[in-house]
Amino acid sequence: MSTTPWQTAEIPGPKRGLPLHRCETLISLLNNSKNPLLIIGHKAAEIDLGNRKFIDYLIDLARGRTITVVATAHTIKELTNRGFQNASSMPLMDIANRLRDTEWRGIDGKGAYDVVLFAGFPYYMAWLVFSGLKHMSSQLKTISLDGQYQPNASWSIQNVSPLELEKFFVNLLEKIGEM
Amino acid sequence: MKKRNIELDIKEMKTGFGLMKDIKLSVGGISEKTADQQLGPTPFPSSTDLREWDMKLLERYKPFYMPFCDLCCLCTFGKCDLSDGKRGACGLNMEAQQSRIVLIACCIGAATHTAHGRHLVEDLIKKFGRKSALDVGGTNVEILAPIIQLVTGIKPRHLGDIEDILDYVEGEITQLLSSTHTGQEGSNIDFESKVLHAGTMDHVALEIADIAQISTFGFPKSDPEAALVDTGLGVVDSSKPVIMVVGHNVPPAIGIMDYMTEKDLSGQLEVCGLCCTAHDITRYDPKAKIVGPISWQLRFIRSGIPDVIVVDEQCIRADAFEEAKKIKAPVIASSSKNCLGLKDRTKDPTDEIVADLIQGKALGVLILDPDKVGEVAVRTSLGIAPKRKKFKNLPELDELILEAKRCTKCSECRRSCPNDMLIPEAIDAAAGGDLSLLNDLYDVCVGCGRCEEACPNDLDVHSFIVKAAEQKIKNEKFKTRSGRGAIQDVEIRKVGGPIVLGEIPGVIAHVGCANYPKGGEEVAEMIEEFAKRRYIILTSGCAAMSAGMHKNEDGKTVYESFPGDFDAGCVLNVGSCVSNSHIAGAAIKIASIFAKRNLNANYEEIADYILNRVGAVGISWGAMSQKAASIASGFWRLGIPVIVGPHGSKYRRMLLGRKDRDSDWEVYDARTGERDYVGPSPEHLFYAAETKEEAMVMMAKLCMRPNDTSRGRAMKLNHYIDLHKRYYGRMPDDIHLYVRRLSDVPITMKDEIVRILDQKEWKEKNIPDPTILPRMIRKKER
Ligand code: SF4
Ligand code: SF4
Ligand code: SF4
Repeated sequence: MSTTPWQTAEIPGPKRGLPLHRCETLISLLNNSKNPLLIIGHKAAEIDLGNRKFIDYLIDLARGRTITVVATAHTIKELTNRGFQNASSMPLMDIANRLRDTEWRGIDGKGAYDVVLFAGFPYYMAWLVFSGLKHMSSQLKTISLDGQYQPNASWSIQNVSPLELEKFFVNLLEKIGEM
Repeated sequence: MKKRNIELDIKEMKTGFGLMKDIKLSVGGISEKTADQQLGPTPFPSSTDLREWDMKLLERYKPFYMPFCDLCCLCTFGKCDLSDGKRGACGLNMEAQQSRIVLIACCIGAATHTAHGRHLVEDLIKKFGRKSALDVGGTNVEILAPIIQLVTGIKPRHLGDIEDILDYVEGEITQLLSSTHTGQEGSNIDFESKVLHAGTMDHVALEIADIAQISTFGFPKSDPEAALVDTGLGVVDSSKPVIMVVGHNVPPAIGIMDYMTEKDLSGQLEVCGLCCTAHDITRYDPKAKIVGPISWQLRFIRSGIPDVIVVDEQCIRADAFEEAKKIKAPVIASSSKNCLGLKDRTKDPTDEIVADLIQGKALGVLILDPDKVGEVAVRTSLGIAPKRKKFKNLPELDELILEAKRCTKCSECRRSCPNDMLIPEAIDAAAGGDLSLLNDLYDVCVGCGRCEEACPNDLDVHSFIVKAAEQKIKNEKFKTRSGRGAIQDVEIRKVGGPIVLGEIPGVIAHVGCANYPKGGEEVAEMIEEFAKRRYIILTSGCAAMSAGMHKNEDGKTVYESFPGDFDAGCVLNVGSCVSNSHIAGAAIKIASIFAKRNLNANYEEIADYILNRVGAVGISWGAMSQKAASIASGFWRLGIPVIVGPHGSKYRRMLLGRKDRDSDWEVYDARTGERDYVGPSPEHLFYAAETKEEAMVMMAKLCMRPNDTSRGRAMKLNHYIDLHKRYYGRMPDDIHLYVRRLSDVPITMKDEIVRILDQKEWKEKNIPDPTILPRMIRKKER
C-alpha cells in the first residue's frame, strides 16, 4: 500500500488528501453525510475483482446505502444490464462542472451533495477532476475508490492490488449489511 | 525586418470609409483592391477589439479549471501556493493562473505556426519572388484566404502580401504573451478572451502557411481526388536506401525529392515521412510514403530501416539524435528551431559533409538550406546504406525472453505509462515465452518510451512491444488520401444550404495529434460511423493518418471507402496541421458564399452566423500539443465546439455550457428583436470525453444549431437518439430541450418522444432567426 500518486509524475503540491486505509472510515464518512453521491466511470465495468466486475461491488454499495448514482460515459448501459435502474447518466465533465457550483441543487433538485465517491475512471482524468473540485469547490468531500491513490481527492484508497481492493469491498459490504 | 505602417491605415479604414468599393487601400507593403464588399467593423483586430464577442461566449460557456498543480512558480516571488482560494505574492488567484497557463500554451501554439509560416514564406519568396501569385484552386476557389479576409479585411493575391499580414500576427502574439508577465492581466476571463485572440492569430498563421505552400509547390489544389498514398510501417521498401523525414516544414523534404528527380534517382530510394512533413511531402509527390503519426517515431527509428534521418521542426522527439546514433543513422537537422546541438555546416562544401556523414566523422549536421539538405540526404543515404545494413535497435526474440526474466514486477513502467497499460503482466508472460500480451499492447501504445525511462532494471520495454508486434508491423499497409487543401466555392454553394438548414446532419473534423487512450483505431471507427450517417467528415494532421491506418471488414480504409468531396457521406483529408485553416475556412465560406454575409473584417457577424447555423464540430481524439490548443481556440472563437479525448482533460480548462440554466440559451430573433429560448445548441465549446462512445453521442448532439429547420432538426435528433440508444441503452434525458415544434420529432420515434414531452410539460417554441448580436436585429424593439 502506498500513498504516492499511482501515476508517478502526478504530484499535486502542498494540499493532499488523506489515505483511506479502512472501510470503517468510509462508512463513517457516509454516516456523516447528508446527501452522498456515487459517480461511476466506464472502467468499473472493465476491471475484474475476483470473479466479479468492480461495477458489481459499486452497485451493491449504492444499494446498501441508498446512494444516488451518476454513471458517466456509456456506463449507464452496464448498470441497466445489471438490473440497476436507479442511476442518472451524465458526462464526467458535466457532473464535475455541476459539483463545483455551490448553488446546484443536485440531480433530483433536492439539495447539494456533500460527499462524492468516484470509481472506475482513467487515473489521469479523475486526477484532474479531483483537482478541479479541490480548488473550485473546497466545501465538497471527494473520495476515490479506485485503489490508485488520488492525491487531489479529500480521501482516497491507496495504491492496492485488485485482490486488496476486492477485500476492501467485501469487507465494506459485509459491514454495511450488518448495519 | 522592414517596418510597415499597418496601424495608421487601420485607423483610417475604421473611421474614414463606410462602403469601400474599388478604393486603393494601402496597409504598409500591401497594395490591394478590396473586394466589392463593405469593410466590416474590425480590420486587423487588437486583442480587445473582439472582447465583447468573447465575453458573450464565455458567459455561456464558462471555464471550468482543473489545475495541474497547486502552485505557481512563474517568477522568483514564488513559488506560491494558490490552493484554497489563496492568492500569490503578486495577487493572482488560481483561476487567473490557470487561464494564464492556457494562454501561454496557445501563444506557444500560435507562435509555432506563425514562425513556421514566416520561415516558409521567406524561403518561398527567395525561390519564387514576392509577386508569385497565390492560387489554391484556380477558378474553383475565389475566396482563397477566408480567414485572412475575415480577420484583416485584406484579400491577399501574392506571396508578398501575406508577408505583411505575418507582421500583424507576430505583433499580436507578442502583445498576448506580454500579458502573461507577473503583474499584468489579473482577470481569468480576460485571459480567456486573450486565449481566443491567440486562436484567431493562430488560424491566420495556419492559412498563411498553407496557401503559400499550396500555391508554390503544386500541392493538390482543392482536389477531391488527390492521390491515395501508401501508409504504414509495412509499406517502406527496406531493400532500398531509406530517408526518413519528420516534422512540419516541408522544404527540406522537397529538396530531397527534387534532387532525386534531377539526378534521375526516383525509384532507387525510399522517402518516407512521419507527422505533418509526411502529409506535405506526399502532397508534393505521392510517391513518397507516410510511415505514421508522431507516435511512430521511436518504433520506426529502432526498426533500423531509416538510413538517414532528416528532422525539421515541431513534434519531433527531442531524443531523435540519440536514438539515431543507436542505429548508426546520421541525422540532418534543418531548422533553426531545432538545432539538436549539431554543428552548422550550411556553408561547407557538400562533398565534405557527405563524406563526413558516411565515414562517421560526423554523426549529424545542421544545414539551414533546404536544397542542400536534399543533396546531402540523398547522397549520404546512398553511401551509407550498404555499410549500415539496416542496423537496428530491437532485441532478437531469445534476447527479449532472457531480458524479460530480469523483471522484478515493480510496476514502475505501468505507473509511468500514460495509458496505465498492464506492462508487468505482459513482461512476465514474455519471460515464459508468451509474447501475445506484449503484442496486444502495441495497439494502445503511444510510443512515448516513458516505461523504459522508469524501469530500474533498464529493460527496453517499448522495444519489446515493437519486437513482439513484428508481424503486425509488416502488415501495416494502408492508404491515406493525400491532403487536398481548400474546399471549393462550388462545393460550398452546393452544401451550404443543406448544412445551414440542418439537412446534412453535420460537419465533423477529426484533427490533431496521436495521444490516444486506446489506439488510433477509434478514430477510424468514429469516422466510418459518421460517414455512413452522411455527415461531412474532414481530417487533418496525425488524426488523418490514424484514420487511414485501419481497414474495415471489406479490407478498405476510410479513404478508399468514401469519396473525398466536401459533401454528405464523404471523408476528405485537408492535409497537415496548417491545413486546418481550410476547415475553419469552409465554415466561414458557408456564411460568406452561401449566405452572402460580408466577409471583410467582419468577425463577429460571421462567428455569430457559424455559432447559430453551421452544425460543425471539431474532434481531436489524441490532442497533445500546444498547437492543438491554439487551433482549438481559433475554432471556439468562431463558435465551433471541440471535443478532445480523455488525455485532453490535461489542457486543464474546459468551456462548458449548463443546459439546466434556461437563460443561458436565449438568443435574439433577428426579425423581431424578441428573445427566444433555443435549447443548449451547441451545449459545450470545449469538452473532454471519457470514451469513444461518449464522444460519438456528443458529436451528434453538438451538431444541433438554433437555425435548424424542423426537417433538419428531426434528422439530427434521429442520429443523436440512435447513437444514444446504441451506446447508453436508453433515450437521452434531454430530448425535450431540443424539440421546438412537434415537426422536429423524428417520425419513427413519434409516440415515444411525445410521451416524454408530455411528462416534461413541454411547450412549443418559436424558431427564431437566431443571433446573439443585438446589432443584427433588423427591427429594433420600440
Ligand atoms: S507569478 Fe505571482 S503567483 Fe506566480 S510565482 Fe510569481 S508571485 Fe507567485
Ligand atoms: S511507450 Fe507505450 S507502453 Fe511505454 S509508457 Fe509509452 S505508451 Fe506506455
Ligand atoms: S519497470 Fe522494469 S522491472 Fe519494473 S515491472 Fe516494469 S519492466 Fe519489470
